[in-house]
Amino acid sequence: MSNVVSPLAKRENEQILSGWGRTAPSTAAVRAVATSADICDAISQAGPRGVLARGLGRSYGDAAQSGGATVLDLSALASIDLDTSSGSVTVGGGASLDAVLRALVPAGFFVPVTPGTRMVTVGGAIAADVHGKNHHVEGTFGAHVSRMTVVDGRGDVTNLTPEATPDRFWATVGGMGLTGVIVDATFDLIPITSSLISVDTDRAMDLDDTMNRMIAGDDAYRYSVAWIDSAHPSGRGVLTRGDHTPADQLTGDARSAPLEYRPKVVATAPKFIPSGLVKPLTMRAFNEAWFRKAPKSRRGEVQQIGAFFHPLDILQDWNRGYGSAGFLQYQFAVPEAAGYLVGTTLNALRRIGAISPVTVLKRFGASNPAPLSFPQPGWTLAIDVPAGVTGLAATLDRLDALVLAAGGRLYLAKDSRMSPAMMAAAYPRLGEWQRVRDDMDPHGVFTSDLARRLSL
Amino acid sequence: MMDALGEPQSVLVLGGGSEIAVATVLALPRARLRRVILAGRPSPALDAAVSTLTAAGIGGVVTETFDAVDTASHAGVINRVFDGGDIDIVLLAFGVLGDQAEAEADPDAAVTVATINYTGAVSAGLRVATRLRAQGHGVLVVLSSVAGDRARRSNFVYGSTKAGLDAFAQGLGDALHGSGARVLVVRPGFVRTRMTEGLAEAPMTVGPDDVAKVIVTALRKGRETVYAPGPLRFVMAGLKSLPRPVFRRLPM
Repeated sequence: MSNVVSPLAKRENEQILSGWGRTAPSTAAVRAVATSADICDAISQAGPRGVLARGLGRSYGDAAQSGGATVLDLSALASIDLDTSSGSVTVGGGASLDAVLRALVPAGFFVPVTPGTRMVTVGGAIAADVHGKNHHVEGTFGAHVSRMTVVDGRGDVTNLTPEATPDRFWATVGGMGLTGVIVDATFDLIPITSSLISVDTDRAMDLDDTMNRMIAGDDAYRYSVAWIDSAHPSGRGVLTRGDHTPADQLTGDARSAPLEYRPKVVATAPKFIPSGLVKPLTMRAFNEAWFRKAPKSRRGEVQQIGAFFHPLDILQDWNRGYGSAGFLQYQFAVPEAAGYLVGTTLNALRRIGAISPVTVLKRFGASNPAPLSFPQPGWTLAIDVPAGVTGLAATLDRLDALVLAAGGRLYLAKDSRMSPAMMAAAYPRLGEWQRVRDDMDPHGVFTSDLARRLSL
Repeated sequence: MMDALGEPQSVLVLGGGSEIAVATVLALPRARLRRVILAGRPSPALDAAVSTLTAAGIGGVVTETFDAVDTASHAGVINRVFDGGDIDIVLLAFGVLGDQAEAEADPDAAVTVATINYTGAVSAGLRVATRLRAQGHGVLVVLSSVAGDRARRSNFVYGSTKAGLDAFAQGLGDALHGSGARVLVVRPGFVRTRMTEGLAEAPMTVGPDDVAKVIVTALRKGRETVYAPGPLRFVMAGLKSLPRPVFRRLPM
């Protein structure tokens, strides 16, 4: 026996990592960190493949993976300190919005923005600058952050605020983890008097109807989103819009414990599912049923937070439903005038048999100062697509060109396949962001498969 | 980086003049392809490969000097290529057929065949595998041969080198299991190329394009071993199970 260590031998803590879409995995050494000192250690010991923080792996593509790198698991950085007097909270970068909501809701507060799943970390929510159903009114998650502690690429622990360090702050918001590791952040909260949401539901008979109703009525609601039947040529949909229910409007049992919050996970998807489940036939049936399940018009229905904001969280690991080939989500934002691209996209994908159970349309409000933040005023469409569909690559490239020509862009937290040229053209402030990133991380410690693929 | 739809950005060909390799690069999805390194001995075949790929509209095609026999130079070339950026697909495509009678008459000629096909591949294969492992993703495609499935009287020197290469590549694939990197072993039958020019064609003969299609499909499906054409798998399973006295008498 020799003492030689094979370069092919399995390394310590090595894990195969992929995004939520389970495509293009790579392997990295996962290292748990519990303090900013641990993070500094990991940065000072970084190998040639660098370091990347990973949250709960809900970005669809390759944003939270980095082949050969040290990937930081921040789940121990999960402190939650609520300041009821200012209505803000300071949370560890590794804390999930699930944990944050469990702590906040019974105390009468809600997060300023929640994406379609609460299984994301606060660090991830800032790094992807996530949006929710209230974007048209209240903007992205990053817009509500008042300060954050970030370990930069030099290993310096820094305090970033929009006032004192605007360049670094806004480069980190939407910076996909490439400017530093978010140790903790303070953000403002929405005061609530109940844990329930009053929801108005409307079925729209086609895409124009859906979009017109959103244009006409969205301003009256804090939360608004439309689900689209991607299997139906009309593009019919279901609008759900609402706001937090004031406690004094509650009746019955809810009245006695208005802030009770017990989100449920009903089931976990089985480990092995054949790729055949998400096929045009089953998806047509699912979409049909989902459309018919919705009432034609209903006002003021009281729903739980989970049912309204996070309907998919009820089935854990639902991404396995797409089988071994995995899936992707195509999400673009285009200006108001290019709303026709919603229909173009639905038609193009339906023609190649890429039918999705989860198709979401929303109107975005104003952008924020972050150079890589995705939302811009206008429309955003998000559609899930199985990765194995024939002709998908070429179809999406054609749609990319249309989105770009219309002044739109794709969401980095969802992307797993756009070209570096598309990225650079759709985010004209990329160079500006890169200069700040190079200042924060002069040795290029932070990198990801996404950063390599898109030459960020 | 390979994207979610299996579109590669970078390909390294060891044995850059190989017709099968060129056909494979042409058959790969190319919408994201931006770096193709053809590594080989300077030759008209290597120049022709560059022209063919460039004429087909593939950008970023460059050459590197690589000699399978000169194993001492392998580390330098391979590390230089990987230092220039991650490689998504490596095609190990060099090899010679040799002449069986000549090899029997001149064992030094047999040694040259063994050095290129086996020793050179072991040297290059291990160095590539080390870099793929370090980057945590990527595929090494090894062009083996059905001749390695069972050595035949008529070309057992070549066959034995491919048998060794095949066993090496399978073991390498197992070593890389779980590393994010993987190995695809390709076993073509008789392929119409410069290497086989003038030889009598065997049944199920295919062209380089056919092998390329098999490779691209296998890459997409994440396969570990493929025959080209596919049905050769069953033919070879039959041939391998024949008793030697019978196999010896077969006219091949």
